This record gives sequence, structure tokens and C-alpha cells, in this order.
Amino acid sequence: MDERFGLDRRVTLPGDFPLAGGGVLPELTIAYETYGKLNANATNAILVCHALTGDQYLASAHPVTGKAGWWTRLVGPGKPVDPEHWFVICANVLGGCMGSTGPSSIDPRSGQPFAMNFPVITIADMVEAQARLLDHLGVGTLAAVIGGSMGGMQALTWAVNHPARVKKVVAIATAARHSAQNIAFHEVGRQAIMADPMWAGGAYAADKPPAAGLAVARMAAHITYLSEEGLTEKFGRRLQDRDAVSFGFDADFQVESYLRYQGLSFVERFDANSYLYITRAMDYFDLAQPHDGNLARAFAGVQSRFCLVSFTSDWLYPTAESRRIVRALNAAGAPVSFVELESPFGHDAFLLDAPEMNRVVNGFLTA
Amino acid sequence: MTPVPLRPDLAAVAAAVPAGARVLDIGCGNGQLLAWLRDTKGVEGRGIELDAGDVAAAVGRGLAVVQGDADTDLADYPDAAFDVVILSNTLQAMQRPADVLAQLVRIGRSAIVSFPNFGHWRVRLGLALSGRMPVTRSLPVSWHETPNIHFCTIADFEALAVEMGLTVERRAGLHSGRQVAAWPNLLADTGVFVLRR
Repeated sequence: MDERFGLDRRVTLPGDFPLAGGGVLPELTIAYETYGKLNANATNAILVCHALTGDQYLASAHPVTGKAGWWTRLVGPGKPVDPEHWFVICANVLGGCMGSTGPSSIDPRSGQPFAMNFPVITIADMVEAQARLLDHLGVGTLAAVIGGSMGGMQALTWAVNHPARVKKVVAIATAARHSAQNIAFHEVGRQAIMADPMWAGGAYAADKPPAAGLAVARMAAHITYLSEEGLTEKFGRRLQDRDAVSFGFDADFQVESYLRYQGLSFVERFDANSYLYITRAMDYFDLAQPHDGNLARAFAGVQSRFCLVSFTSDWLYPTAESRRIVRALNAAGAPVSFVELESPFGHDAFLLDAPEMNRVVNGFLTA
Repeated sequence: MTPVPLRPDLAAVAAAVPAGARVLDIGCGNGQLLAWLRDTKGVEGRGIELDAGDVAAAVGRGLAVVQGDADTDLADYPDAAFDVVILSNTLQAMQRPADVLAQLVRIGRSAIVSFPNFGHWRVRLGLALSGRMPVTRSLPVSWHETPNIHFCTIADFEALAVEMGLTVERRAGLHSGRQVAAWPNLLADTGVFVLRR
């Protein structure tokens, strides 16, 4: 059995890892999962890129929460990305906190956690780290790279930075840049973390994290993943385990209770400094920036086929952002498919049951 | 695998597409024509379609289809990006048909346009005798429900092409999918034109 493949894998790739922002990491560790078998010619590999608070547990149980993989609706037996047919890779992003090199990793030069000495990273750096992992796995060309949200940003970056290594790109509920509103929400989250005295300039001990700050960051962000329609449908003004409001600041409303729970459970599985670094990487993301804002020029050399999907109620990465990508790809002459799907569930729609999305992805992958 | 035979009006359009061409089909529906062109003529096809369900079906066939609106989205495509741009049975649903025609011949080296002929004798007779807007086989929806807002006859279309300075390379009038020999504006239910700038 090849030790490189399977669940709960971790590899440390020696040698400097230079970063887009000018910094250098002395080594690179990547934690990842693979599903299915790489065929003899290594032509059946699909890389799935996770979102901001996702991880490598794409279709296998999460070691902390015990929950099933985060995208089992798309990946698994009988699903569009079936490990029976595809060799599927999902890696914890650079800067993450589930085993890949990130701010909570030990800096081999000091023997201490990097904390805020971790260099600021970019989406392109995440992609380079994945490219190194593929080299290690013996995967030259990807049959497809698939991602939603921040995963979609990585997928688009793959096509731009490694045009010859990607045959197909599936980018769902994503954008080619972070908007002012996206940056604004991230800044609220970061300030919530930094305002928590437990953050201590980032130098907190692993067992004494800035839990309150991180929970508030998650609560604010979680609202952006839903929609007004979805919140109203799910909670309305219903009260939590009581018949009347308490005239106090308890979680009277179900929606408050829900958000508090989201915040608290998030703290169990996520590192505050990772949250700072990864949100920053997303804020810096703008594929057109090196081309004077001309996105079509960013896509000028791409060799992939593209499939984009957006959702009607997603106001975090709205359809207009997907259309902007489609326009640029058309102007660059790249083959692109795009569909906006009906959903009341906001940005999170891509992680929920979406039969039309599955149909589109399945058709795109098998064609 | 033998391709499914095409609807007669699409067959007439398909016949005008050279093998191996780069084709954009505007209002491509579920991609029937594009898939046929790909499978039988080696065409490299793209599509635009308004309906999300149709786009999903077309992408499911392995076609590159974008959900979009020909009235607004054609401006995004570069000049001469395609050998052939097809607008089949869609012109009459456009907000600004003349603008769309101008875009077609800009994006494509040639454009194939098919449309229901409102000059057909049944339409004329129906309107003359009943005094009501005609509901026909190819136009089965009542006037207030139809997405078709800009009807024309073959003669009207020809006049617009001349007014816009377009070259008509070929023209045909079809009835039930068969080409009519004479009096197309009276006898054809569908007009098919091949245009270029």
C-alpha cells in the first residue's frame, strides 16, 4: 500500500517555500485526505478546495466534531465526484489549523508557534502549496479542480497560475475578487478576535484561545452565509424555550440561540489566528489586479474548460460576480458554462442539497 | 451513437453550418442543435440560454452553455469570435431585434437567423377573417402570454437586413420543414437567412 494515499495523511515537504508577499516558510507541511485510486496514467485526479472554515475532511468524518464530511452531497458513492471513478484529493489550506502549516504550527527556527510571526499569505500561496502536494502524489495534470466560495477562488487561481495542469475548473458561489462588503465583514470578524484580551497579540496558549472573540467573528460571518428569506423561514421571531420575552439579554429569540451555538461550536474546531490569516488572504484576492483590473487579460492564457454556478439568494458572492467571471472568460475565448440556480438558502446553498448543481457538475465532469 | 434527428427548422439551420466551425447558438434551449452539430459535424459549440433548467440540461450534455440574455450579454463577446452565430426561432422574443442582429454579425463571420413568418397565408387569413391575433402551430400562445414581442414577415426581415447594410448570403422559406419553391412570404411558416456584415 502506498503511504501517500488514504485518510489522515500528512506530509512535510522540505525546502524553502517562498510566498507571494515576499516571505519564506522554512518548510511546508500539508495535511490531506484522498479518496479513490489514482489510475495508472494519473489522469483521474480531482482536487477539491475547501472554503474559509472548511478543512480536508471533504468526505470523511471530522476528527473533532465527528460529523460527516462537509461536501458528501457532491462527493461520494453515486455522487458526481464518485471515488469509484475519480481519485479525489482535499488538503487543508496553507494557513489552516487542521494539520497544514499555519500560524499555530511550530516555527522550526524558534521552536515556538509562529503566531503573528506567520507571514501573510495569499490564495495563490495556497494553490502553490497544493501544487507541491500534487508533485508529491505523482499527479501532473488535474482532470478537474472544484471549489466553492474560497475554494472557488483557489480553483480559478489554479487555471490562471498553472494553465497546463488543469483540464476543468468548477467554481461555485465565488468571485474573482473580494468586494468592499466582503472585506468589511471580514474586518468585523478580525477586530472581534483582536479585541478579546485572551488574544494577547496572537500569543495565546492553545488551551486559552480568544474564544469569545472568535465566536463573535463566526456569528457575524454566519449571517452572511444565510439569507433574510432563509432566516425568516427558519426562525422568524420565534422565541427560544419560552412563551414571552424576558426583558433581559438572554437568547430570547431562536435566531440568537442558533448564532450563539454556531459561535461556540466553531471555537472547538478552529484557531483564531488562522481565521485572521485566511480572511486576510481572501481580502487580498483580486485576479485582475496584476492586469490593471482587466479580468479578461488575467484569463488570457488559460487552457481549462470552466463551469460556474451561482445561487439567487447568495448576497456574499452574488450572481453578478460570477457573471463578471463569465464575461471575462468569454472575452478571453475560454469555454465556459454558467448557471444561476434558485435557492432560498443564501451562500450556504452550495453545501446543501442542490440536485441541479449536482446535475450540472456531473454533466460537466463526464463530458 | 446515432444522433437524434433534428426538428425540421433546426435541420435547415444545421445544414447551413460548415463542418468544424466555431459556433455560438443564442437561445440554444437544452442544446439539441449544438449537440447534433458537435456529434455530426465536429463543430466547436457554445450556447446562451435564458432558462436555468435548459442550461443545466445542456451542460449535462457536455456543452459550454452560459445562462444569459441575448438582449444584454452579446456585447461581452469579442469581434469575429465565431465562424457562425445562430439565432433560431428567438429573434421575435428580443427587446431590440436590430441591435441583436448587429451583434450577431459583429461576433460571427456569418449569422444564421430563423424566425416564424408572420406573412404566412394562414396568419393573414386568420387575422382577416376572425379579426383576432392568430394562434398557429408554430406560434401556439395567445398574444398576452407570448414571449414573442416582435413579429415580422420574411419581407420585413429582408427590408431590415437591407436597411442595416447586411449582406444576405442565402435565404430560404420553409413550410413544415420543407423548402417552398415560390412565394415564400406567403407560403412559408419559417424564414431562414444567412447574413454577414
